[in-house]
Amino acid sequence: MSYQLPKFRHPELPKNDLGYTKADYEGAISTLCAGCGHDSISGAIVKACHELSIEPHKIAKLSGIGCSSKTPTYYLGKSHGFNSVHGRMPSVVTGAAMANRELLYLGVSGDGDTASIGMGQFAHVARRNLNMVYIVMNNGCYGLTKGQDSATADEGSMSKKGEPNPFSAIDLCATALQFGATFVARSFSGDKTQLVPLIKAAIAHRGFALIDVVSPCVTFNNNKGSTKSYEFVREHAEATGAVDFVPMRKEITTDYKPGYSHEVTLHDGSSIHLYKLEQDLDPFDRTSALLAMERHRAAGDILTGLIYMDKASRDLHEQLETSRRPLSQLTEEDLCPGNQMLKNINASLR
Amino acid sequence: MKPTDTSNPEYFHKVVDCQYACPAHTPVPEYIRLIAAERYSDAYMVNWESNVFPGILGRTCDRPCEPACRRGRVEEEPVAICRLKRVAADNKDKADIASRMPEIPAEKNGKRVALIGAGPASLTVARDLAPLGYSIDIFDNQNAGGGMMRSQIPSFRLPAEVLDEEVNYILDMGINATFDIEVQSLREVLDKGYDAVFVGTGAPRGKGLNLPGLEDAAEHVHLGIDWLASVAFGHTTSIEKKVLVLGGGNTAMDCCRTSRRLGGEDVRVVVRSPFEDMKASPWEKDDAMHEGIPIYNNHVPKEFVIEDGEFKGMYFEKVMAEYDPDGKRSLVPTGEPLVFMEADVVLMAIGQENAFPWIERDLGVAFDKWEMPVVDRNTFQSSNPKVFFGGDAAFGPENVITAVAHGHQAAISIDLFCQGKDVDERPAPFTSLLSQKMGVHEWSYDNAIETDKRYAVPHAPLDKALSDRMLEVELGFDRGTGYKEAERCLNCDVQTVFEEARCIECDACVDICPTDCITFVGNAEEEQLRHSLTAPAGNLAQDLYVSEDLPTTRVMVKDENVCLHCGLCAERCPTSAWDMQKFLYNVTKAGR
Ligand SMILES: Cc1cc2nc3c(=O)[nH]c(=O)nc-3n(C[C@H](O)[C@H](O)[C@H](O)COP(=O)(O)OP(=O)(O)OC[C@H]3O[C@@H](n4cnc5c(N)ncnc54)[C@H](O)[C@@H]3O)c2cc1C
Ligand SMILES: Cc1ncc(C[n+]2csc(CCOP(=O)(O)OP(=O)(O)O)c2C)c(N)n1
Ligand code: SF4
Ligand code: SF4
Ligand code: SF4
Ligand SMILES: [Mg+2]
Repeated sequence: MSYQLPKFRHPELPKNDLGYTKADYEGAISTLCAGCGHDSISGAIVKACHELSIEPHKIAKLSGIGCSSKTPTYYLGKSHGFNSVHGRMPSVVTGAAMANRELLYLGVSGDGDTASIGMGQFAHVARRNLNMVYIVMNNGCYGLTKGQDSATADEGSMSKKGEPNPFSAIDLCATALQFGATFVARSFSGDKTQLVPLIKAAIAHRGFALIDVVSPCVTFNNNKGSTKSYEFVREHAEATGAVDFVPMRKEITTDYKPGYSHEVTLHDGSSIHLYKLEQDLDPFDRTSALLAMERHRAAGDILTGLIYMDKASRDLHEQLETSRRPLSQLTEEDLCPGNQMLKNINASLR
Repeated sequence: MKPTDTSNPEYFHKVVDCQYACPAHTPVPEYIRLIAAERYSDAYMVNWESNVFPGILGRTCDRPCEPACRRGRVEEEPVAICRLKRVAADNKDKADIASRMPEIPAEKNGKRVALIGAGPASLTVARDLAPLGYSIDIFDNQNAGGGMMRSQIPSFRLPAEVLDEEVNYILDMGINATFDIEVQSLREVLDKGYDAVFVGTGAPRGKGLNLPGLEDAAEHVHLGIDWLASVAFGHTTSIEKKVLVLGGGNTAMDCCRTSRRLGGEDVRVVVRSPFEDMKASPWEKDDAMHEGIPIYNNHVPKEFVIEDGEFKGMYFEKVMAEYDPDGKRSLVPTGEPLVFMEADVVLMAIGQENAFPWIERDLGVAFDKWEMPVVDRNTFQSSNPKVFFGGDAAFGPENVITAVAHGHQAAISIDLFCQGKDVDERPAPFTSLLSQKMGVHEWSYDNAIETDKRYAVPHAPLDKALSDRMLEVELGFDRGTGYKEAERCLNCDVQTVFEEARCIECDACVDICPTDCITFVGNAEEEQLRHSLTAPAGNLAQDLYVSEDLPTTRVMVKDENVCLHCGLCAERCPTSAWDMQKFLYNVTKAGR
């Protein structure tokens, strides 16, 4: 009997610019239920970070409580990590990000962790436009506590227990938009071709980037009647368009039909290429994004892809004009420059 | 691509790289697991059924399985398959094995078969036909059975007791063996009214080199295989101090190592080709060099040197290998002066040939322009339907395991022929496919992947080994090391079997697979598909396992190349669309 991940890897695994293979971004073997959508999202995170050649020690992965919040153990085994309390991941990230602005903050949460106990935290971290990636592994239930309906379960949707959910659902993308998020996307754990470039774009975006990823819970919510099952999502997903993340210095090789494509240059010089399928959506316009979401909700399908992006996003550090050097690197001398400096400041205010 | 037809037994057979590469298709992982379970007699019998000489082959096999072994594609070295076979042979319970030998019917089936030559090919035919009630007469010109395994393979590689034991398992099956008899006419044999005749006389003639000076040097120049036979049968017990061995194959390696044991002090191997191109197996070259024998490559022999009527040595021309765009090699002289090497004696080990002076050409047995019999590659029947060939006699010199494989097939043909059936209707192999699942995280095979590097087989101390030509050099793995080496095997016969109707396309198998074997992707032609997989799929010798269309219109594609058979895909699949199933493949034998 064995349930261990073998050490051998494919001998010709591609190496990234740092000389690392995908294996260098993996974590421990998953202990989630076999077939859980969360594992695929972990796989997408590994792939995105590897392909972007991010140094593993420059990443901090944080989470709350839930099956989804357990996943940081299963990826980025060489990065920093913090498994916080239920619903409190945003405040821990805020603290960490204020202290050290040089790390990439990758928050992972569940629909329970975010839309119930953590709703207040979620609202404020979005509002403050903290520079982070916030991934919700959304399965419409509390997986870890045996499948109770969560606040994102659609009205009428049925989990394994067989009772239709009487309440209306919270749409995390719509609420995030209203709270002030500057990057909003939705995806599906079973569609890595869409998810991986979205994660890359969210990483490159400066500001709060939410990706709400529908992620079926095979054990409690993958039955007939559930709107978060593999089958239902596959049948009802409608993509806003294709996203191509183009890292800085790399040429765009895909040909897009003119008029349908947008190119957006991000802060670090990389760009994303959007190939629109949804003609009535302007992803750079909040009203258009909200309307598109509402239209699809009414039609009973799930709009996926990049929904909104604020090209002029100013993150929390920019808004507060904090020191460029991370707080964590400032010495006592920097912070208490002495009596003379105080006198100068006082004098300047007279 | 078309969906893979896994009902064709050759598909899963090919996944078991070692077994597929073995000419006799020995179920390698099956016996390796039995060794790990300390069931040595069972492991021995799995081998015996398939390759007839586990103790002999566990020491001397050319091991085509090892370069094919999957383990060699995920780390540096393959499993020591051959030396594990020896672990089974060394540790089996002899009495138990004797009791498991097939019963020989007291009442015969009325058919008489003559086997000419008592090498591994003929002995295999005897082994397969005797239990079916055939009366079998073997004729051989040596004084005991075994063919070249006795006359050529030196005792320090293959002790006589091991050879005797395994030859006798067969001769004890009521075989009527006549030794020390040279068969001089096939007509005479046929005239005795045999229902079938099998020719397993090997390739008994050593090739020579007719160079200037040979006539005068003749008494100092021997053909390697004749000299080795004369050592094996005790006619030659010593050799002069300075020995030149010409040739780069295994015969050359046996000649030089034997010379060292019979008194040769300055023993050199001289070969025309570059070192890497030598025919000898790498481990044989290593062993020779370890015994203090230098190998001079790129030296072409030119002349035997006689001074004042005395043999002095040989001249060689130095060459360089050049390859044309097609990779064809030519040896081009470097232009340097000839190299002189002193010698008291020269052993020529530059190849062997077949010779059939005793087969009359008017018996209906056709020969081609190279004087080789025309033999069917599948049935081993010659153009005279009663006469079959196998082993080195059929298509030229090969090795023991090939002779055994030929013997099995020839026995099937002889049986079909004697029963009045069509020899071209080959019986299908015996196969079975059985799930290995025992429960959650539990499989009936050891699916953990050990990272141990290949273990080295211990050798006898050099001074002792060189002072006694009968002393076996390799000591074999002890049981503990045998266990550890056995654990390196990846159990390639435990197949990943995919059932598309169950798959919900959750990607769990894709995410968990440590070696990125699995991809869900739109179908395409093989070449294109190979470029759209998760990991590079450039090993064209390894198949892609392709499913039927799935609900999303994609297909599952698994590149078999570096699958570890760890079972994690099946472990992580929520619907058991993957299962690990043991595939047993046994080549059918005569009478089954
Ligand atoms: C020096 C040397 C080392 C080798 N080492 C290895 C090794 O390590 N591993 C390996 O796998 N293979 C090895 N081989 C090759 C291997 O020995 C042969 O491929 C194998 O024995 C062939 O088997 P066979 O049954 O076809 O014929 P053989 O083994 O050649 O047996 C044929 C028998 O028929 C007898 N015979 C021939 N003509 C007549 C006749 N007219 N009348 C009566 N009897 C006759 C011969 O004397 C012989 O006994 C080696 C070969 C040589 C020369
Ligand atoms: C303060 C607090 N309240 C309640 C719980 C119990 N609890 C653990 S996980 C969980 C819900 C998790 O749901 P979600 O975030 O959707 O994660 P999932 O397991 O579905 O991925 C709850 C309510 C807790 N651990 N801590
Ligand atoms: S790993 Fe084992 S089963 Fe696989 S090819 Fe090697 S010896 Fe055979
Ligand atoms: S057994 Fe399955 S998980 Fe393991 S290497 Fe093979 S395909 Fe991958
Ligand atoms: S884990 Fe099973 S159900 Fe999921 S994609 Fe693989 S084979 Fe299909
Ligand atoms: Mg949940």
